[in-house]
Amino acid sequence: MVKKGRIASFFIICMILAVIIGFTFKPILHNLRLGLDLKGGFEVLYQVEPLKKGEKITDKTMQSTVSAINKRVDALGVSEPDISIQNGHRIDVQLPGVKDQAKARKLLSTTANLSFRDVNDKLMLDGSDLEPGKAKVAFDQMNKPIVTLKLKDANKFGKITNKLSKLPPPDNKLVIWLDYKKGDSYKKEAAKQKPKFISDPAVNQELDTNDVQITGNFTMDEAKTLAELLNAGALPVKMKEIYSTSVGAQFGQHSMQETVFAGIIGIAAIFLFMLLFYRFGGFIAIVSLCIYIYLTLAIFIGLQAVLTLQGIAALILGVGMAVDANIITLERIKDEIRSGKSILSAYRAGNRRSFWTIFDANITTIIAAAVMFVLGTSEVKGFAIMLIVSIIVSFITSVYGSRLLLSLWVKSKALNNKPGLFGVKKGDISELEKI
Amino acid sequence: MSLKKFDFIKHRNKFFVLSIAIVIIGIISLFVFRLNLGIDFSSGTRVDIMGNKPLSINQIEQKFKELGYNPERPVLSGNKHNIATVRINKDLNQNEVAKIKDTFKKELGIDPNVSTVSPQVGRDMAKNAFWAVVIASIAMIIYITIRFEFLQGLAAIIALLHDAFFIVTIFSLFHLEVNVEFIAAVLTIIGYSINDTIVTFDRIRENIKRSEKKPKTFMEYGEIVNRSIRQTLVRSINTVVTVLLPVIALLIFGSESIRNFTIALFVGLIAGVYSSIFIASPLWAVWKSSYLKRKRKKAAQPQA
Repeated sequence: MVKKGRIASFFIICMILAVIIGFTFKPILHNLRLGLDLKGGFEVLYQVEPLKKGEKITDKTMQSTVSAINKRVDALGVSEPDISIQNGHRIDVQLPGVKDQAKARKLLSTTANLSFRDVNDKLMLDGSDLEPGKAKVAFDQMNKPIVTLKLKDANKFGKITNKLSKLPPPDNKLVIWLDYKKGDSYKKEAAKQKPKFISDPAVNQELDTNDVQITGNFTMDEAKTLAELLNAGALPVKMKEIYSTSVGAQFGQHSMQETVFAGIIGIAAIFLFMLLFYRFGGFIAIVSLCIYIYLTLAIFIGLQAVLTLQGIAALILGVGMAVDANIITLERIKDEIRSGKSILSAYRAGNRRSFWTIFDANITTIIAAAVMFVLGTSEVKGFAIMLIVSIIVSFITSVYGSRLLLSLWVKSKALNNKPGLFGVKKGDISELEKI
Repeated sequence: MSLKKFDFIKHRNKFFVLSIAIVIIGIISLFVFRLNLGIDFSSGTRVDIMGNKPLSINQIEQKFKELGYNPERPVLSGNKHNIATVRINKDLNQNEVAKIKDTFKKELGIDPNVSTVSPQVGRDMAKNAFWAVVIASIAMIIYITIRFEFLQGLAAIIALLHDAFFIVTIFSLFHLEVNVEFIAAVLTIIGYSINDTIVTFDRIRENIKRSEKKPKTFMEYGEIVNRSIRQTLVRSINTVVTVLLPVIALLIFGSESIRNFTIALFVGLIAGVYSSIFIASPLWAVWKSSYLKRKRKKAAQPQA
């Protein structure tokens, strides 16, 4: 007697799963964070060095550097930046999807120390005298872009301008520098066509104001960048690029299309192989593999992990590994059928005996993946996370999922005396034990 | 299937010799050809240029000369030879990178990829990669010793280092680039190849438990190992086939950027299934029986 109820519940479970997957897959995929190798963008690893020699870099300086970088990144409008402090005074910045890479890289690494000096390079005012967050782009009478600032102390500015205005021209100039370095000299630079300083307005009278304008022959973009930099604040340190990758947007798209296409072909080939070799067992394995792919992606996205090219490879590879658990179980069941057991007891013995095999085999792969996660660079990390997630999910879906689905059929007795459905030839069954 | 009747124990020395020969070839190759280390493990700049049409090496070289660089000969790839990879032995600064990107974007319409690595970071990455392999191996030995026994752990690690070294050998012989992803591939193979070995060891453990008297001699161990390998053979082969299918698909259709990664996986998977069938379990049978023999001798001597 075939119990039709169990078979019906199999189809109901499959339908419910199909509906859930069908309706939620697209919105879930929508939240997928793509790495810069798929989306374009760049990653830079900075070595942080003190501004003045001999200064120590503390955790606090690292933290304030990161927060200044964060503010600058905000100004760029990148949606998923990833900024992290790494061992040995290093800061890793990843900006996937950033449009103007050259500008972004410049904006990130400029120290942005604004200083006002006299013609002999003596410091009059610096970034600490500015009211934070008040730099703006405005236009002068000629409709050229200028940057306006607010000072904290109008008195201080009054005193400085008073002193300068009494000097005879051309010594009455207030020179504005960005990132003045020791050894830079106004007198040398002034003779050049493209001087390093931003501007050198002459001061003719005392100015008792805290509004300062910088007129520096800016383009609109330059003025904007300067204002953004000043608002985000100067970096307390120097940053040197020691590692960088930048990926063009089309490059990324191209890689993704190719890899996804290859993945679909590869997975289709696995499905076909399973059907040919394990027949009905293979069909059940395919159902659980589909659930596996769905769950792995959903968890991966839920962890807010970033999908990289290697991540896609890990997912595809994971399908192969998930199949392994199914193969171990199905081979075991085949063995038991061949030794003359009924389908039901072969199913039970096969499941019991394969469990620890699958468990031990999976733990060792997780060990390798965990080491990769701890020691790897960002790309390798993405791969490792995907590998760990896929092993855990494949363990659950292939062991429990496949078993549940298969048990509905086995217990319905519809498969009784049909070893062919598991890919076992009747002639291979040991007659001795078949009582 | 004739493999099902194959005597793995009887022919073990042939495979041991084969593997040792491969290892020797690998060592020689490492001395003669070295490894083609990518910029990740040395330092410098790598530029990947993509065009909509096939690129010409001369045209790319010319452009770089105009920019003032003297790079190594560009390597073309892609189905239409529309991707060129260029290496410069200096880690360029951000202005130089921006200039290269600008030039080729104007020329070809597609923004190129540029990576730079300073010598300091290159050294760190190489060190990390080395430690990753060591730590992963030790962790797995410990796990197998707990779940199985130390000699099996040792045999499994020998098999797995054999696989890893086989990948290195192939990369050295064919001068393929070794980069960070290569290490990821090697680690994956280490994790994966041990799967096969464990499935066989697991069957050996079960067969020993089931056998009526405890095996003592090499022949008895050999018989159990043979039986266990045969019983798990179909599974080992089928599993490697199912994992190879997507890897082959990635090799043929996948992105150029992960080509070396998939080659490493492909080579490693084949080495992995070979070593777990022909090396790991026979090696263990040899060790186990000689260990027991020595133990028996020691036990016998004081009485005599």
